[in-house]
Amino acid sequence: MKQKSLTVDLVLITLSYVAVMVALYMAFLYAPTERTMGDVQRIFYFHVPSAWASFLAFFIVCIAGIAFLKSGNEKWDKMALASAEIGVLFITIVLLTGPMWAKPVWNTYWSWDARLTTSFVLWLIYIAYLMIRQFTADNERGARFAAVFGIIGFVDVPIVYMSIRWWRTLHPGAVIAGGSGSGLAPQMLATLLVSVGAFTILFITLLRLRLKSIYLEQDVNLVKQQF
Amino acid sequence: MNTLKHIGALVYKDVLIELRSREVIWSMVVFAITVLVIFNFIFDPGTDIMQKTAPGILWVAIIFSSNLGLNRTFVKEQEAGNMQGILLTPMDRSAVFLAKMLANVIFISAVQVIMLPVMIILYDLPVTGTFGLLLLVLFLGILGFASVGTLFSAIAANTKSREIMLPILLLPVTVPVILGAIKSTQYLLSAEPLSKVYPWMRLLIGFDVIFFVVCYLLYEYVIEE
Repeated sequence: MKQKSLTVDLVLITLSYVAVMVALYMAFLYAPTERTMGDVQRIFYFHVPSAWASFLAFFIVCIAGIAFLKSGNEKWDKMALASAEIGVLFITIVLLTGPMWAKPVWNTYWSWDARLTTSFVLWLIYIAYLMIRQFTADNERGARFAAVFGIIGFVDVPIVYMSIRWWRTLHPGAVIAGGSGSGLAPQMLATLLVSVGAFTILFITLLRLRLKSIYLEQDVNLVKQQF
Repeated sequence: MNTLKHIGALVYKDVLIELRSREVIWSMVVFAITVLVIFNFIFDPGTDIMQKTAPGILWVAIIFSSNLGLNRTFVKEQEAGNMQGILLTPMDRSAVFLAKMLANVIFISAVQVIMLPVMIILYDLPVTGTFGLLLLVLFLGILGFASVGTLFSAIAANTKSREIMLPILLLPVTVPVILGAIKSTQYLLSAEPLSKVYPWMRLLIGFDVIFFVVCYLLYEYVIEE
């Protein structure tokens, strides 16, 4: 059993390594330079996949939260916690790469546009999610509270986005499935897709490793209590 | 039918305690008015910026003062083990949530009844024909804020740092309410066409409905002694 789990880890880590290397190669060497934005546009291949990985993570937080409340099985709670932590990591990357890209292109680091503001609010919501766990003395109770908050937080995301989009928007629309004038060069699209794939594999690997460390922490605490 | 009776009894209890102790509403009012005074220092006298930003200030005052009141919802029940008593009575737990939420709506609305005239005088707000609509917007905003706020105050009351936790949980989630309420208030006060106001009011109603249902469904998982 243990041996098998280690093999899966090894395979996942190798896969992430290869996928990230390919994505890096494609982002920096294969994809053509964007006409107006220049090389800075290459940050796109990290920015968008990070956003995707964070949404995936928060989706898992919500689903695992529902499963935990329904079944009371702690494994779902651990899954939600691990996923939330990694989601916060990725959304932080989104919030950091965004301004780096925006400064040369929009001539400003930050604009209170729909997607930027939504990402920021998302970041705050999941920081709060992690804080609930930290500030609840009793683990079982903290898990329940966090599950409730994780579900509400995820339900809130589309509403936050919609409300802020009505308010103002500057961020480019959907480039892949948008209307006329949108669209990526085929090499760019390929790079983006590979990059999204690489970030997804990376996310799964991180999730698995973090889950493992959560179980190890639990074991260590049990051993501590015995002595 | 029975549930309605239970809710009525619980709300009556909360209102009665409040009328006798005058603990929550007056502190909220004083705090809200303090916010109005503090914000006044931003402006140079005699500019019209004051009127333009007044809706935002109004809602900041409402939201910050509501936080004070919402925080007390469950903390005051914990102090003498009241929550245990309430939970031991043979009634549905959803009644407890609905009653607490209703009591919060009443308290926050009461604060508005006192604060709004002060606001109108201090910030020279125009009282126009759409005043009824403005009251409706206030109510919709308070409703959305109170439903999520009641649920989160139950969570916050059971964490180590209760007073700090509530705003951290509540404010990011209620961004749509804050935005919708501020925008519709702004358009109503600057006498913009109503066609600009309605989308924002629809957003408020949508949020109120969705979050009322979600909070109602999730409440049983957070209610505790």
